[in-house]
Order: sequence, then structure tokens, then C-alpha cells
Amino acid sequence: MASFLLRRLVNHAVLVVVAASLAYLLAAAALKPRANFEDRTPRPPAAVVEAELTRLNLNDRTPLADRYRVWATGVLHGDFGRTWQGSPVNDELWRRLQVSLRLLVLGAVAGFALGVLLGAWAAMKRHRMPDRLITLGSYLLLAVPVFVLAMLLQTAAKQVNDVTGLQVFEWVGESSPGAADGTFGALGGLGDRVRHLLLPTATIALAQLALYSRYQRSMMLDVLDADFVRTARAKGLRRRDALLRHGLRTALIPMCTYFAYTSGLLLLGAMFTEKVFGWHGLGEWLIDSITRGDANVVAAVDCFAAVAVLLAGLVSDVLYGVLDPRVRVGAR
Amino acid sequence: MNRRTRAGLALLAALFLLAFAGPLLSPWGWDDTDFAAFRAPPSAEHWFGTTQSGHDVFALTLRGMRRSLLIGLLVAVLSTGLAALVGTVAGFCGGWPDRALTFGVDLLLVLPSFLVVAVLSPVLPGGWPMLVLLLAGFMWMVTARMVRAMTISLKEREYVLAARFLGVSAPRVIARHILPHLASLLAVDAALNVSVAILAESGLSYFGFGVRPPDTSLGTVVADARGSTTAYPWLFGFAAGLLVLIVLAVNLLGDGLRDALDPATRRTMP
Amino acid sequence: MTVPEPVPPPVLHPAAEPVLEPAAEPVLEIADLHVTYAPGVRAVRGVGFAVRRGEVLGVVGESGSGKTALALATLGLLPESARVRGSVRLRGRELLGRSDAELSRVRGKDLAMVFQDPLSALTPVHQIGDQIAETIRVHAGATRGAARARAVELMELVGIPGAARVARGYPHELSGGMRQRVMIAMAIANDPLAIVADEPTTALDVTVQEQVLEVLRVAKEATGAAIVLITHDLGVVAGFADRVMVMYAGRAVESGPVGEVYRRPRMPYTIGLMRSLPRLDGGAARALPMEGAPATTGCPFAPRCPVVLPACARGEPPPAPVGPAGHVAACVNTAATERQDRVFPDPEPVLRSPRPPRHERPPVLEVTGLVKHHPRYRGTLYKRRVGAVRAVDGISLDVRAGETLGLVGESGCGKTSALMEILRLGTPQQGRITVFGQDTAALTAARRKALRRDLQVVFQDPFASLDPRMRVAAILTEPLTTHGVRKALIPGRVQELLKLVGLEPEHASRYPQDLSGGQRQRVGIARALALEPRLLLLDEPVAALDVSVQAGVTELLEELQARMGLAYLFVAHDLAVVRQIADRVAVMYHGRIVEIGSVDAVYEAPAHPYTRALLDAVPYPDPERERRRRRTPLAGDPPDPSAPPEGCRFRPRCPRHAGLDGEQRRLCAEIDPVLRAAPGGQDQRAACHYPQGETPWWKSP
Repeated sequence: MASFLLRRLVNHAVLVVVAASLAYLLAAAALKPRANFEDRTPRPPAAVVEAELTRLNLNDRTPLADRYRVWATGVLHGDFGRTWQGSPVNDELWRRLQVSLRLLVLGAVAGFALGVLLGAWAAMKRHRMPDRLITLGSYLLLAVPVFVLAMLLQTAAKQVNDVTGLQVFEWVGESSPGAADGTFGALGGLGDRVRHLLLPTATIALAQLALYSRYQRSMMLDVLDADFVRTARAKGLRRRDALLRHGLRTALIPMCTYFAYTSGLLLLGAMFTEKVFGWHGLGEWLIDSITRGDANVVAAVDCFAAVAVLLAGLVSDVLYGVLDPRVRVGAR
Repeated sequence: MNRRTRAGLALLAALFLLAFAGPLLSPWGWDDTDFAAFRAPPSAEHWFGTTQSGHDVFALTLRGMRRSLLIGLLVAVLSTGLAALVGTVAGFCGGWPDRALTFGVDLLLVLPSFLVVAVLSPVLPGGWPMLVLLLAGFMWMVTARMVRAMTISLKEREYVLAARFLGVSAPRVIARHILPHLASLLAVDAALNVSVAILAESGLSYFGFGVRPPDTSLGTVVADARGSTTAYPWLFGFAAGLLVLIVLAVNLLGDGLRDALDPATRRTMP
Repeated sequence: MTVPEPVPPPVLHPAAEPVLEPAAEPVLEIADLHVTYAPGVRAVRGVGFAVRRGEVLGVVGESGSGKTALALATLGLLPESARVRGSVRLRGRELLGRSDAELSRVRGKDLAMVFQDPLSALTPVHQIGDQIAETIRVHAGATRGAARARAVELMELVGIPGAARVARGYPHELSGGMRQRVMIAMAIANDPLAIVADEPTTALDVTVQEQVLEVLRVAKEATGAAIVLITHDLGVVAGFADRVMVMYAGRAVESGPVGEVYRRPRMPYTIGLMRSLPRLDGGAARALPMEGAPATTGCPFAPRCPVVLPACARGEPPPAPVGPAGHVAACVNTAATERQDRVFPDPEPVLRSPRPPRHERPPVLEVTGLVKHHPRYRGTLYKRRVGAVRAVDGISLDVRAGETLGLVGESGCGKTSALMEILRLGTPQQGRITVFGQDTAALTAARRKALRRDLQVVFQDPFASLDPRMRVAAILTEPLTTHGVRKALIPGRVQELLKLVGLEPEHASRYPQDLSGGQRQRVGIARALALEPRLLLLDEPVAALDVSVQAGVTELLEELQARMGLAYLFVAHDLAVVRQIADRVAVMYHGRIVEIGSVDAVYEAPAHPYTRALLDAVPYPDPERERRRRRTPLAGDPPDPSAPPEGCRFRPRCPRHAGLDGEQRRLCAEIDPVLRAAPGGQDQRAACHYPQGETPWWKSP
């Protein structure tokens, strides 16, 4: 298997190089950060703007090919350049990634687990009340854009806060300043963070849950009448046990690989949630950078997303091999 | 036709009727300003209320809806057509055309499409039709892969082999024996792509990268109301609700069609 | 080639019946069972039977006769939407209407089942040992270790070599035969009272079928269970069952002791079914007069019945005793079925214009040293090339004008690959293909297209070989327009073709899915004939059809050959069909032809041990003769096509090899035998170092 992974890695590396270059060229050609400098008050002299832009490799008067050469050389040395304000992209990328992960991990895992459970349950209760309710709910959730969902949750949370008179929910940022210095010390800080996590995590979990429960339901329906489930029942297992031990185990294989694959896409997918809830993660950074015309940041996040997608694909393939004996290679 | 298809179709028809016939019912045009009502809540005069500049939200929302529906439909048709073309050619020809097309598909899948569209859409000329082209250009790859895989398996079906052994030419085999088989799949895919396109458009517009003023879409209406969701819920509630209904209707229609057309699921879903 | 079917003398007191203790209570008793799927789809309509301890009941029926629904209803495994009524009693306890929890204590313990397709019937992601052990643990509550140990013992009992190692493996790593052994091990794990086996050998090759039936026999003896064996194969029932029940359209139309029913069938359907079987010793199949849907009122067989009376339409006839030992038949006109040979009119003999002797007829197809190796990949995710499948590994054959060459062998032997390679009309990897004197490697595109007029194909599966989106007329028009037949002539030609293959003009406007299997295959044949070819390649053209329909299509093919002077290359795994239709036969094993010659020479004196083993393994649809059949099941599975053994490829499975001395064995181990004239054969060559023309079992006393 190792040689396969290696070959696939090489293939992926080619894809990443081409994709990253394309992303940089597009971003560098389309985005014009010059305006950010010229709009400063007091307006800096043209020569200073010019020099600053050139220093940051953001000058649209430098030929694209030259800018690309500088950028590519930097990337080869692991340096994604500077933001338009002059700080290194790498540091900020790293910091923002951690913020995004703190938000995403919990939401994605909760969404996956709940989605799988609800989907499997719906399939087993096919055409009965639980199935109808879950199906209706997942259809509705799938139709709600994430930013609308986030806004709705915010509105609802505000109502709850108003009615109870307590600050049960928080919906801006990761933490309130000074929360850790209160009566409960570090514990209070933790509680504050949890409260801030609640709504954005719920947003992500709900959006994921809808997708996974639909998918799991149809996977499960496929095995509901499978011959091997019938065999398990013929052996003396009750229907429910046969479905759980034989059906669900088999239906989980595509789900797990799908989960791994989707996780790669999620990094950017969180931009709506981050934006609405004021989390300073990767997604928010990306949106702000496009608005500001910060080409280096856009290219770096782009690169990062491409690598994430390919890695996720790789992980999902490996997972497939681990979970499904039919796919294992090198056996025998 | 199953219940889901019927429900989706009925809902969609009602929404279309509202979008195109609705303006006839209301005295307010989308660009009229009512100086007597700023941020007025829904009333008999302004059914969905008014904005801070006195525009009628009903008229604005319907205008956005027409734009969103149009974009969704066009993107779906374009991207599914492109997918069918690339998929069948790659699958049927094999060899280097297949390898080249597959690399292109992989590449586009790796590029974060939302991002590329967000970067390009503001700088390219052409307004919303350009947005349609961009969205369609980044939505066909998954379908193309599926079409390619199905073409490869169809190519080995006995009735396709029989045609080839009769001496029928390749384009004719594709047109007569392969495409008709994919038709149902493509129809379903196109339907589901409408909702994907509408969601993508509204997401882009929400950030200001999609449809831009003075043009309006459901996404821009919701985005404009961003700061005032709790104080003036009508500014965003109606547009968001209609957006959800459109996507819901299209998803119901697409899933229903799939169940009706796919014999494998027909077995499990009577 | 046709030998009249022997008419057995009437016997009043059959001697060969199994002696049953009259006092033995039935273990499994089913009475008046009805199964309804969707409203109006009545799969089983009032079926009843009883099986005693150690007894085997064979249930025979064609597709759609309700036999699988019967099996599932017995175990309570029908889908939830199905409605069941009647009675299923196991040792006197009623099972119908019990809850899933109660039934699950009976299933797998007292009542076990063996399913048809052992690949999909085993969970792909659990180890085999665990799957067998689970059966034990569910009921006996044994520890995991003890259950695993018992599972290995069971696997040894059903003859799985290296059971301990295989127990740690997964289903997809096993061959079909081995998987079916695993299913049987699971079924007997808790010493059941009764086992229901639904088509347990249908998906298997004849040699493997023989092994699995042997295992089932061992299992029966080890547990003393009653067995309900559901199958469409009258030969399997003849050898294995004590009693037989024939099903038609959800009804039991005839049942009784096997010997009695086979000797003196009294229901016209049973009589027709027996007649329509081709026999290995040369008895020709005779078609049932027509294929048709069962009638919805009255006797369901009435539309196809030659001795139909007005009374038949009045209601379904109840089963009535027609012979000793509980032989019953559901027929109004049992008076007419007294003499079974008079029920169906004898078909008009096919008039063959005399052919010139073989050496005077020109060859239409010559294949010399043809090789086709497919690259072999492993892994569904990371495809890796692991050598080549030697699908066709140097075969030579020729077909002359107006004759039929049968190409037989087990699945995976390369017969279909050879056919496809010829059809491609391309340049072979190695060797030469000459069609009507033209070397296919040297063809231009235009010549190749022109040559396709003369060479056409009929595929195995009539469901897959016709485009479901095209009407019959469009399907038949396609070859004509492709080869530039004038538009005005096409409708007439389509009608002509339909008539030629025995279809009605109105079939032209139908879609394939509105036709029966036999009708579809006729459309497939009509399409192949549209351009008036001179050579037809037939890939298992009757294998997917019901027995009673097979005979009709075979007859049509014979008739067309006689009338149009066609040459056939007929690929099949059913040796009896080949005996009936072919002039010459080639036996393939592992990508090679191991024996080739005239049908009579090869069948009457097979020189290659593989040919003999194949002929020995075919069950014969006559209980007396079937029980006399030589049973020397071929050991092992069909070989791995990518790794041929050194020397003779058949050596590892060869029964003759065991009887050789050391010096003789060395020849087999070192030198790959080539085709040589067989001793005593005129037109017969075999690839064996020690060929002997052996008498087949049906000729030996």
C-alpha cells in the first residue's frame, strides 16, 4: 500500500502545484491592494506607496510573471509572503487555523455522529413517524443557507437572553475579555469560552447533520434488504440486532470516508459561521482579504485549502482500506 | 410521479407565479421610494414593510427572487450540459482524451471554487450573466465524473456492444444508446444543481461578491439586513424565507425525480 | 443425433422409493400458505407440504413460480410489506404470526436456511469464523473462543481446507463453492430440525455444484435434518430429493415421490418440463408449444396446455391423487395425461438438406494460436497491476459452413473472452483470426464494417442485450440503417424478421421489458439475422432462460440453421444443450482447448480426464439413472486464471494423475501437453499425455 500512497502523493503534488499557481495568478491579477494605500489619510506620496507595494510583492505595475517568480520562490522556501500590512502570512495563517479548528472539530464531529444516528434510525423506521419527522427536518435544514441559519440562531438566542434576563448565549467572538479574571477564575474563563462556542458549533453541527442524516438514511436503506442482513436474521438475530451488527457496520464505510472527505472542504465552508459570529478564523480572514485585495493571503489560503482537500481525499481513501476488507490491498 | 415530486413541483410553480405575477398585484415598484414610511413594519400598504430608504420590501424581494431563480436555472442547465459533454467523451473515448479531461476535472475540484468565483466575479465585466458563467464553470465537475463512470460501464453493456458489433459509429452509439440512458440522471442532477447554484449565488452576494447593487438578488436583500435582524426582522425574514422555500422545492423535486427514475431506489421507496 | 426418449413401462409398485417410517411425524409442515406482496401480486397461493426427519423435499419451479417467497415465508423473513396467511408448523408449533423476537429463537437453531448467492449473503466486513461463531453464540451463549473453535470444526466438517486460516479471512477471498460451504456450516451449526435451501447451487459450476451437493448430503447425515431443496434443476432434484413438489404460478401443481413423479408425471406442465430438458446421452429437448403468462382465472397453465378442457377455465383444479404414495396432481384432465407421450404432439422433425462432408465445406472462421491476456488489477481503490489474466492462452479452432461448434467449459475458462476477441475483428495480441478467408489483422475500417454483415452475435442475457429505451422495431431497424438498407424496404424487412423468429407483427411496437425472456431472446436473434449473416456467435444464448423456454429457443436456432445454412460458434456451459445443438465441441480449461472433436466422439468416449469429469458432474433428470451416476466429484475449484501451474494445467485437479506412477507423473509436471489425435477417435483430439477413451456412465451397466 505504501507505494500506492507514494504514487498518489506525487500525483497530488502535481495537482497542488498547478492549483496553487493558478490560484496565485488569478488572485494577483484580479486583486488590487493599491487602493488601500492610496486611501490612507494622510494620503502617502505615490513613491512611498510604490515602494511599499513592491516590497510586499503586491505591486500591480510589476509584471505578473515577475511577481509570480518571487512568490513561488518564497513558497518553495515555505514562506507565503506578507499581508498588505506587512506582517508575515505564515504566522497569521497558523494562528487563524487554530481558531478555525477550535470551532470546527466539535461541530463537525457532533454533526456527523448525530447525523449518522438519526439517519440510521430513520431508515430502520422507514415510512413511520420518526422517519417522516427526520426527513422533514433534514429537508428544511438543507434548504436553509448557513448564514440565514446563523442569523436565525442569533435572533433566537437574543430572545432567550431577553426573556431570562441572563446572558445565557454569546454570539460575538471567542471569549469575553476579562472572563477569566472573574470570581471563578480559570473555570469562569472556560465557561465563558463554552458559551461562546455554543451557537457557532450548533450552526455547523446542524448544517452537517442534515447532510449526513440524508446520506446515512439512503446508505442504510440499501442494506436494509441486503442478503447478508437476511442471513443474519436467518441465523437467529433479531431484526434490530442484524441491522446494527451487520447492516450499520457495512453502511458506515462510505459514511466515514465521506466524512473524512467533507472535513477538508469544511475549513473554508466555515466562513459564513465565522463571519456571522465574529470568530477570527481562516474563513473570515479569507473574505476580508478578498475585500481588501490582499493577494498573498488569498493565494496562501487557497493553497492551504487545496492541500487540505487532497489530504482529506487521501485520508478518506486510507480509511476505506482500513474499514473495508474488500479494498485492502497487499493482502494475499 | 411520487408525492415528493408533486409537492416540489407545486411549490416551485407557486414560487414562480409569485415572482413573476406578484409585482402586478402591488402598487409599488422596486425603485419607488415611499417618503412617508422608513423602516415601516409590514402593513396593508407595504406587505413586507419598507427599508430604511423607504423602498417597498415586497417589490425588492420579488425582484431578487426573479434574479435568483433565473441564475439558478441557467447555471444548472449550463453546468449539467458541460458535464454531459465532458463525461461522455472522456468515458467513451478513453486513452489520452480521458486522461486530459480527468486531470482538468481534478484540478478544478482542488481549486476552492467559491474563492475563485469570489475573486473573479468583482473584476470581470458583464454583471450577473458573467456570474452565471463563473458559477456554471465551477459546478460541473462532480457530475462529469459520475457521467464518465456511467459511460464506461454502459460502454460494456450488451446492447451497446451489440450496436458496436453491428458497425454503428461511435458518435451515433453515444447519441442513441448512452445519452438516453443518462437523461434521467442528468435531469435529476440539473434539478439539484438549481438549488446548489441559488445557494452559492446567495452566499456570494451575502459577502458582496455575487450580484451587486443596483442589481438585487435574494442574497443581497438578506445581506443588506445583516445588522438589523432582531430590530427589523421583516427586512430579512421574507427574503430568507423565500430563499429557503425555493431551495426546498427544488430539492424535493430533484430527490423525488431520482426516486421515480432510479429503479434501485424505487424498490425501497414505493 | 436425436434419439427417441425411452418410454418407461408402467410400473405399479415402484421399488426404488425410499422407505419411510410410517409413524414418523412431519418435522416441518406447511398448509394452505398464501403470500401476497403488493395488493394483487400473489406470489404463493395455497401451498402445503410436510417433510419428515432426514427426508428431502425438492421444490421445482421456474422464475416467478413463487418458490423463493415460499422459502422466505417459512422462515418469516419476507419483507414487511408482504402479507402471509396459512400455517407453518415446526414440530407441531405454529410459526406464523409470531413476533420477531420469538421467531429469532427458532431461526438458525431449529430451522436454518441456505441462500442462493453466497457472496451477497455473507457480510463482507466480518471474518468468516466470526460469522459462523455468531450463529452458535446467539443460541447457545458460548464464549467467543469456544464458538470460534466450534466454527473451525464445522468448517472442517463441510470440507474447507485450512479451516483455521480461512476462518480469519473474509468472504470475498473465497470462491463461490467455498462460500456456499460456509453457508452450509452456518446452517448446521445448531443441529437444526429442518434446513431450507434456496437454489444453493445455481450460481456454481457443475463440478462445484457436485461438491456442494455432497456437502449438503453430509450435513443431512450429520444432523438428521429435514431438507427443503428449492431449485429449477430437475437433475439435482432427481439425485437428491425423496419427494418432489412442482410449482407453477404460485401453486403446487404436482407432488409425490421422486421416482413416481419423474416416471409418470400427470400434470401437463410437469410432462412438458421433463420433455423440454436436453439430455446428456442424446435425448433431444422438445419445446413446450408456447411461452405465455399464466392465466389469472382458472387453471394457470391452461393457456399453454395441449389437453385443455372447457372445465379448466372454471377454477383452479384442486390437487387430486393420481398415483401411489401420495402422488397428487392439480389437473382436470388427468384422463388425457395417462399416457404422457401423447400429451404433447411430436414436433415436426427439422428438415436438414444434406450437407456435403465436412472437408468439402469451406471454413468460415479459423482461429490459430489466439491469445488474449487481460491486465489484472488488485484493489478497487488503488488499482495495481498484478500480472495478467491468461483468459485465452493459445487456442485454435475452425468452424466450417453450415455447422455448429460448441465451446464449453466452466466459468472463467476463457470461452467468452475468445468470443469477444473474435467479434472485435481487430488485431489479436498473438495468433490469427480469419473470417471468411480474411485476416482480421489486415482489415481496413470499411472492410471491417462490411465484414460485420456476415458475422453477428447473440448475447446471453436477453434483459441486458436489448436497449430498454427502444421499441422492437427500432432495435431491428438499427442494423439495417447502419448498413445502408433503403428506408422503404425496412418496415417489410422488420416484419419478415419477426416472423422468422416466431414473433407476431404486433411485437414490433413493444418495448423489450413488455416481452417475456424467451421473446426477448428471439428479438436478439432477429437483430443478429437482420443483415443475413453466415456466421453467428452465440454467447450462452439460452442460459438465462427458464427450462421450458430454453427448448423453444434451441429449436429455433436449429431450424434457422437448417433453413439458412448458418454456421454457429455456440458458447455454453450446459453440456446437454451442446450435445443437442452442436456438431463438434471444444472443451476449454484455463484458457486452452483440452479436447476438441465431433460431439458424438467426445461425449461417447471422452479422452481428456477433464471432459470426463465435466460429463460426470452433470445431474441427470431421471431418478433411477441419476442414482446410478458415477460420482467422482472433481477436487478443488476452477483455477486462478493468472497463475497457470507448470506442465499440464489440469494436473492439480486431475483424477487420472493420482493413478500414475512417478515416472509418468513427471511428464505431466514438466511438459505442457498439446492437442493430439485421441486413441480411436476419428475427429477427436485431446491435450493429455495419457488420453483414454472412456465409456460415459450412462452407457456402463
